Amino acid sequence: MGRFIARRLLGMIPFIFLVSVTVFVLIKLPPGDFASNYAAALAASGETVDDTMLAELRHRYGLDQSLPVQYVRWISSVAQGDFGFSFKWQQPVSSLIGERMGLTLILSFATLLFTWAIALPIGVYSAVRRYTWGDYIVTMLGFIGLAVPNFLLALTLMYVGVTVFHTDLGGLFSPEYLDAPWSFGRVGDLAAHLWIPMLILGTGGAASLIRIMRANLIDQLHQPYVDTARAKGLSEFTLLFRYPIRIALNPFVSTLGWVLPHLVSGSVIISIVLNLPTAGPLLLQALLSQDQYLAGAFLLLLCLLTLVGTLLSDILLALLDPRIRFQ
Amino acid sequence: MHISPDPHADVALEVRRLSTHYLLGPITLRAVDDISFTLRRSRTLCIVGESGSGKSITARSILQIVNPPGRIVAGEMLYYPRDGGPPVDLAKMPPRGRQIRAIRGRDIAMVFQEPMTSLSPIHRIGWQIAEGLVAHGMLSKRAALKRAIDLLRQVEIPDPVSAAERYPFEFSGGMRQRAMIAMALACEPRVLIADEPTTALDVTTQAEILKLLKRLQDENGLAILFITHDMGVVAQIADDVLVMHRGQVVEHAPVRELFADPHHSYTKTLLAASKKLGMAPPPARADIHPGPRLLEVSGVTLTYPAQATLFTKPKPPILALRGVSFDLFEGENLGIVGESGSGKTTLGNCIIQVLRPTSGSVRYTDRAGRTADLATMDRPALRHVHREMRMVFQDPFASLNARMTIGQCVGEPLLVNRILSGDRLRARVGELLAMVGLPADAAQRYPHAFSGGQRQRIVIARALATDPRLVILDEATSALDVTLRGQVLDLLLALQPKLNLTFILISHDLGVIRYFCNRVAVMLRGEIVEVGSTTDICDRPQQPYTQQLLAAVPEADPARRALIGDVSR
Amino acid sequence: MSVTAAGLPDRAVSRLATASEARLMWLRFCRHKVAMASLVLTILIYLVALFAEPVAPFDPDKANARLVFHPPQMLHIFDGSVIPRPYVNAVRLTRDPDTLAVTYVPDRSRKVYLGFFVHGDPYKLWTVIPSDIHLFGPVNPRETAFLLGADRLGRDMLSRIAYGARVSLSIGLVGVTCSLLLGVIIGGASGYFGGRLDWVVQRLIEFIISLPTIPIWLALAAALPKHWSPVKTYFMITLIISLIGWTELARVVRGRFLALRSDTFVTAAFLDGCSRPRIIFRHMLPAMTSHIIASVTLAIPLMILAETALSFLGLGLQPPAISWGALLEEAQNIHSIATAPWLLLPGVAVAITVLALNFLGDGLRDAADPHAH
Repeated sequence: MGRFIARRLLGMIPFIFLVSVTVFVLIKLPPGDFASNYAAALAASGETVDDTMLAELRHRYGLDQSLPVQYVRWISSVAQGDFGFSFKWQQPVSSLIGERMGLTLILSFATLLFTWAIALPIGVYSAVRRYTWGDYIVTMLGFIGLAVPNFLLALTLMYVGVTVFHTDLGGLFSPEYLDAPWSFGRVGDLAAHLWIPMLILGTGGAASLIRIMRANLIDQLHQPYVDTARAKGLSEFTLLFRYPIRIALNPFVSTLGWVLPHLVSGSVIISIVLNLPTAGPLLLQALLSQDQYLAGAFLLLLCLLTLVGTLLSDILLALLDPRIRFQ
Repeated sequence: MHISPDPHADVALEVRRLSTHYLLGPITLRAVDDISFTLRRSRTLCIVGESGSGKSITARSILQIVNPPGRIVAGEMLYYPRDGGPPVDLAKMPPRGRQIRAIRGRDIAMVFQEPMTSLSPIHRIGWQIAEGLVAHGMLSKRAALKRAIDLLRQVEIPDPVSAAERYPFEFSGGMRQRAMIAMALACEPRVLIADEPTTALDVTTQAEILKLLKRLQDENGLAILFITHDMGVVAQIADDVLVMHRGQVVEHAPVRELFADPHHSYTKTLLAASKKLGMAPPPARADIHPGPRLLEVSGVTLTYPAQATLFTKPKPPILALRGVSFDLFEGENLGIVGESGSGKTTLGNCIIQVLRPTSGSVRYTDRAGRTADLATMDRPALRHVHREMRMVFQDPFASLNARMTIGQCVGEPLLVNRILSGDRLRARVGELLAMVGLPADAAQRYPHAFSGGQRQRIVIARALATDPRLVILDEATSALDVTLRGQVLDLLLALQPKLNLTFILISHDLGVIRYFCNRVAVMLRGEIVEVGSTTDICDRPQQPYTQQLLAAVPEADPARRALIGDVSR
Repeated sequence: MSVTAAGLPDRAVSRLATASEARLMWLRFCRHKVAMASLVLTILIYLVALFAEPVAPFDPDKANARLVFHPPQMLHIFDGSVIPRPYVNAVRLTRDPDTLAVTYVPDRSRKVYLGFFVHGDPYKLWTVIPSDIHLFGPVNPRETAFLLGADRLGRDMLSRIAYGARVSLSIGLVGVTCSLLLGVIIGGASGYFGGRLDWVVQRLIEFIISLPTIPIWLALAAALPKHWSPVKTYFMITLIISLIGWTELARVVRGRFLALRSDTFVTAAFLDGCSRPRIIFRHMLPAMTSHIIASVTLAIPLMILAETALSFLGLGLQPPAISWGALLEEAQNIHSIATAPWLLLPGVAVAITVLALNFLGDGLRDAADPHAH
């Protein structure tokens, strides 16, 4: 098992490199750079733009170097935990992203647990009770969950919140905890707010997971080993849990590899709608204002987060399935 | 319910007028239709029949594990408990209820056909064997696991202690089936139902498993219900035989009586077909007089390089064929026989160049008398050779393009080689279809409208379309029922003199080879271990492996039970 | 057990026997009621997109300051007689004397009668054919009837949704075409040639799948120059979306190719003397089309959702371009939704379309692969 994990970790290195290059290309893609944007902003507000000042600005941030050099400088400082400097906020990037990435992580993993917690039993139910009313309802709800974009769900819930309950469902904290230091009260407040984005973010994922679990289990229910177990005299309940469900779990676990990227993706857009203090809104602003190091840090960390998810799913899968361990 | 006072104390299970139907919308499929039989202690009842006869569903009905929409609609299945108490009717028990569960595995156990898929891939062998004991509350988990090791020893698995800790995918097919049998015997049942337990196995492994079952029966006094399609196996192990055809029992008799004096015409057909393709008659093709050399295969080797990845240890390359050499002469029928993994199909593919050999040569003399090495030939030149050298595959369902009509399928080689087109092509296709015994309107139909045997005829028509000289038959009859098998072979033999054909028949079935070929090559682990005339190989085998292979073939004669020793009572 | 032939009359059997694989697939599909209904719905939606100009009752860009946030009007079919005569009650704009807030009060005395094929705002169908005939609309072209309300500039939501369908649905189609091209070429090459190329493609696909799509889309879309024309932006957005979307199709194509490559009938075709192109195009591709059609149908809704999300965040198509996502951008603000919840209606259009396409794709997949379940 240790060898398996070591092999997977080694295998991730080229992926991490690719991710960093991709992110660097992405933040360098927009025409112009921060200096020219800054100049345009100054010009728009009627101030004169001094070319030497711009050149100095470019020099200070290394923008006048060749791209490979800029990449190496960027990635080596990132490796030391220094994500650079945000032009727009005039702060080190690390101080801006810390809590936001943490909250993104909490939101994504909480949603992941939530989707699994509801998708597993419902998927099992609808596979075992196939072609019953319960199954049809679940299938129908699943399709609707897939079809409604989650930001639309967020908007609808916000609307219901405002018109029916007269509260703003956005945000992750009550006003009194917004800028407060971490305390038990703040954690409780977070938990009280977290369920709304979790619910919104979870529906789409849960819907597809239910369908996957259902399909997997239906495939397994008619495998010969189920007959073997039945012929041994096991009760339907025991054999269901010990064999087909247990085996259908494996492909289910391997979906973690794409469910997490999906959730992280969704959390960005949901956070913008619900105005959550997570990575989403700040990333959008950073991209719009070409605040490259801030955007780069977010993109890099979000991609790494999903890579870690893939790794976790592989390890979990190997734990569950001896065939993978022995490969 | 009428409970008869039991005249024979050794009755274990009595099935009376059982019917299991499949309700498919408006159509009712009578899979099992009003059948009766009795299982007795220490005796084996064989249910024999071709695919779709309902024999497996009968077996499943007894344990009430018929998959929906199948349902037991009538009949009684009286199980006589071991304590001598009154019999219980299994048919009356709800299929998910506690009563039938208490009987499953404990009193009546079952062994299935596919040992790989019938075992859970993710649980250890030991636990899978022990589970039944724990489920029936007979032993604690710890004691059951210890017992599992004993059981593995009983079914002759080497090193049972470590075997119990392993997973099914680490076992060979024969070992898995032994583990399945150990699992079935765990609770010391009175009745063992074996549903084609040896069909997926090689013939030598089959012999071992049959021997094992017989030994265990002698030790424990098991009543065995053995389901099979193979008359040879029946002759070797049955005490009584029940012949099923389309869900009904056509004949039920003691084994010697049935083989000596079959009454029903279907039984007669079945027996005749298995006798024809059995080992008893003298080899049929001794009269072939081969012409000049057609093919000279020398030193053909095929190596698959090991899958090298960045982080795993390099594995040694896989040698699929090691220096295979033989000659083939015009007009003869050469059989290539071997068990799974022996490389016989690979050899066929290397001759016709679907796979290119790593080294060695395949020298072919074409109709014009030119000899060339196919192994180094380029694609355009090969296309020419492929007109003279054709192939018929094992799976008749997979070898036809489902999106083309039969006419298009059969005409394809003529069309793409620009031999014929238009009306003349259509006429030739009609001629070919008639030659293999298919109606002319078959040309407009799609493959899904034909049965397995008919499809194999279509594939043969396609192979003959280009007027070939050599046809390689790669397990061409293995997927067919025994009666059809004989028909297809006879068709090929009838066409041979008319069309001047030479055949290479690749098969695992010595009976088929004995019937069809005048010469045999025996393969083992990528090598030819023995080549000779069919008479020599079958009657005077020289190599130990050939002897072993021949000894393992179940003979369709209950008077000669070489396989398990004569145990006639 | 020959089940197929047992209960069917002879003629039906012979008809099935000469039925091609495509026809059999269609027969299986027809048994799937929900999928059939979805097919009809999908065709209707695409017809709306194709004929947005005559279908929309008004010019989608015609603003009217007096009709700002005009609420949806109830459609009445019968006007006191059994002969249908659809109408809506006119609405009077009033101002609350205290708060000065604008409210619309239905005016039961005045009715706006609606008719089919009426004259209304002039348009050019597909920017070429000039006309002013609308599928339906007020009989009197100077009157207005907002069945789905109006937006903050008093533009008819129904007309805007119809025009938005054109952009959103065509992005789905164009995007899927791009994805399909990429997927078939890359996946096909990977499956056909195997070996090192296959290894590289597999790793590339794994890599792309492990990326969180929306942040990447955002970054790519943010890189588009703001001054580009809507058409240029449209194509770039489509390209960006399909850059991510091709992986799934490539996987399907590769998987089928690998499975087919070792299929006996393909070997048989090789031995029949078929050339490589003939093997691929006559034997392998037809065996894959049903799977590809199903996958494509399931990929279109993902494209539509992606465009909607991007435009909603203001990084996709920008006004004055009309797409469902761009329309929803106006609903971003909670206060505008609170005053005019009908601004969310483009979202309903998205949901219905995606739902229909999903059901359709599912039905097609089941019909293409009857043995999968």
